[in-house]
Amino acid sequence: MNTENLFKIALVALSRNKVRALLTMLGIIIGVASVITMLAIGEGSKRSIRKQISEMGSNMIMIHPYSERGEGGARISMSNLETLKNRDYFDIRDKAEYVSAVSPNVSSSGQFIYQNQNYPSSINGVSPEYLTIRQLKIQSGSMFTQDDVETNNKVCIIGKTIVDNLFTKGEDPIGKVIRFNTIPFEVVGVLESKGYNTMGMDQDDIVLAPYTAVQKRILAINYLQGIYCSAVSEEATPDAVESITTILAENHGISNPDNYDFEIRSQEELSSMLTTTSDLMTILLACVAGISLVVGGIGIMNIMYVSVTERTREIGLRMSVGARGKDVLMQFLIEAILISVIGGIIGIFVGVGATFTVNWVASWPVFIQSWSVLLSFGVCSITGIFFGWYPAKKAAKLDPIEAIRYE
Amino acid sequence: MNPKVEEMNNNPVIIDISDIRRDFIVGAETVHALRGVTFSIKEGEFVTIMGKSGSGKSTLLNILGCLDTPTGGSYLLDGISVQKMNKDQRARIRNTKIGFVFQNYNLLANTTAVENVELPLMYNSGISSSLRRQKAVDALERVELGDRLSHKSNQMSGGQMQRVAIARALVNDPAVILADEATGNLDTRTSFSILKLLQQLNQEGRTIIFVTHNEDIARYSTRNIVLKDGRIIEDTYNQHILSAAEAYEKLPKEEV
Ligand SMILES: Nc1ncnc2c1ncn2[C@@H]1O[C@H](COP(=O)(O)OP(=O)(O)O)[C@@H](O)[C@H]1O
Ligand SMILES: [Mg+2]
Repeated sequence: MNTENLFKIALVALSRNKVRALLTMLGIIIGVASVITMLAIGEGSKRSIRKQISEMGSNMIMIHPYSERGEGGARISMSNLETLKNRDYFDIRDKAEYVSAVSPNVSSSGQFIYQNQNYPSSINGVSPEYLTIRQLKIQSGSMFTQDDVETNNKVCIIGKTIVDNLFTKGEDPIGKVIRFNTIPFEVVGVLESKGYNTMGMDQDDIVLAPYTAVQKRILAINYLQGIYCSAVSEEATPDAVESITTILAENHGISNPDNYDFEIRSQEELSSMLTTTSDLMTILLACVAGISLVVGGIGIMNIMYVSVTERTREIGLRMSVGARGKDVLMQFLIEAILISVIGGIIGIFVGVGATFTVNWVASWPVFIQSWSVLLSFGVCSITGIFFGWYPAKKAAKLDPIEAIRYE
Repeated sequence: MNPKVEEMNNNPVIIDISDIRRDFIVGAETVHALRGVTFSIKEGEFVTIMGKSGSGKSTLLNILGCLDTPTGGSYLLDGISVQKMNKDQRARIRNTKIGFVFQNYNLLANTTAVENVELPLMYNSGISSSLRRQKAVDALERVELGDRLSHKSNQMSGGQMQRVAIARALVNDPAVILADEATGNLDTRTSFSILKLLQQLNQEGRTIIFVTHNEDIARYSTRNIVLKDGRIIEDTYNQHILSAAEAYEKLPKEEV
């Protein structure tokens, strides 16, 4: 008995009971479709989170002051702690390994005023390297220079939202003087627009100035609220973090990591932290979908059992004309596999369709990974074999004489 | 002696059984369905096996057809010892050496005549699909159903269905055709048409074993074996074989 003939026999048997075959497939179709859709939704949201985070900067490492001397021993992070000094910034810039760019950060919020227009925002005191770290680009004019930093020069770079709200008559902002509260700053450059990020934050609502100017002329402080760095590559991030930690621990004279008065977060860490949640969701969703696949498989087993009983006489006849036990086994197994594989293929189409419908109707981010299609297809074929096995085995074990007499 | 019987004496032995026993264990009791049956059948014989209900005819036929294995005794089919064969080997023997005809036809439902006849060949991987179709068509033509190839089983009369079943039994060119009450479900006229067909096949050299409880039929076979309680009580060669074709002609022609 060759496999081709067995396939033919199984196909003929299925086509004789099309409606039943289709109903049996339904379980598999729903199972496969939901696995694909759930994984696509999970992966879509994960990718969108990753994208949001990577939009924030390139291999960014964020250093903030930190205190665990909060109430009840709660670990809290505060921007008015004075533990990060300019010296820390200089040392990281000069000594840290695997770090390609460093910028301090001090900020203050207030009112920006130009002629009779005003707009509330905040001013960020940074170094010129901040642009690379945050992946910002200058559209017109130029970035302030290291000279401006050293001379506490009151110059600034502004984002599109600031331009739109202050320069309502369409003037060229370059060379104009705007005021932050009462302090005048000369606009030397305009940033390229980045639009809103995926969390809905306006990335163009931004003003950058030399950190020295913000420290001395606005806030009158000698500490930093944060330091931002870029690691040379994503893989080098942990090494860069380690190098920075060593420098800061030495500067601050702290040897026990539990007592560190600073906190270092990397973009990578943030990204994996956020995506773990979405990974967990994906796993849960896929489990639910997987269960429906198993239910579909049980449906196949159920129908195959009925089918074997119904066709006892047919099995007896086949045996009497020379079908061996394994031929009968294969016939029913192939039938079960055909049901699950055909159902699986339909399920893939339904799943892909449902995925795009979800994306289109609810505008959820989706992403179909080819392995999820292969996986669900593989699982449903195995389901077919697994759940088809017992009924097929039952058929193969029938005694031909009794089977052919079966009423 | 009948010239036909004499002529057959030189033919090779197709079936040779000796002291065949078959016990069935039913609960605490043992049913002795066959209590030592011995005979040999030569190629070209048309043997009727008769006996009352429960005398062991079907049990014997199932053993001859390698569907069942005897509890004791030996069985040579076409020179091959089959009583020690395993299930798969017996399936192979059924596939190539045996043609079965059942009382209730046992055709596949919703399946065309030609597909029904192809069935045994489906389990023979040595036969291509075109050869399979050719052999099935030839067999159906042999039973005068050449014009009903694509009729489904439910579109045919009992006689036609039994012809399809006979064609199916012929298609693998078996060493012996085994029929169990093959005319049991048919009216007299149709029974005779089937008998006529079997006689023709026998005259072409086919070996046929026909189980029946209808005593009339023995007059159309070459040899008659009678069973009683699992033993042979009579084994005779027919000196005056009647022609089923003539008997068929003489029957009143009621409309089909
Ligand atoms: N599978 C079986 N289990 C138990 N007893 C059986 C079985 N098959 C046949 N028999 C018994 O064997 C005897 C012969 O049966 P069978 O060969 O069918 O007779 P026949 O075909 O001549 O009517 C009967 O008594 C029957 O009850
Ligand atoms: Mg019987």
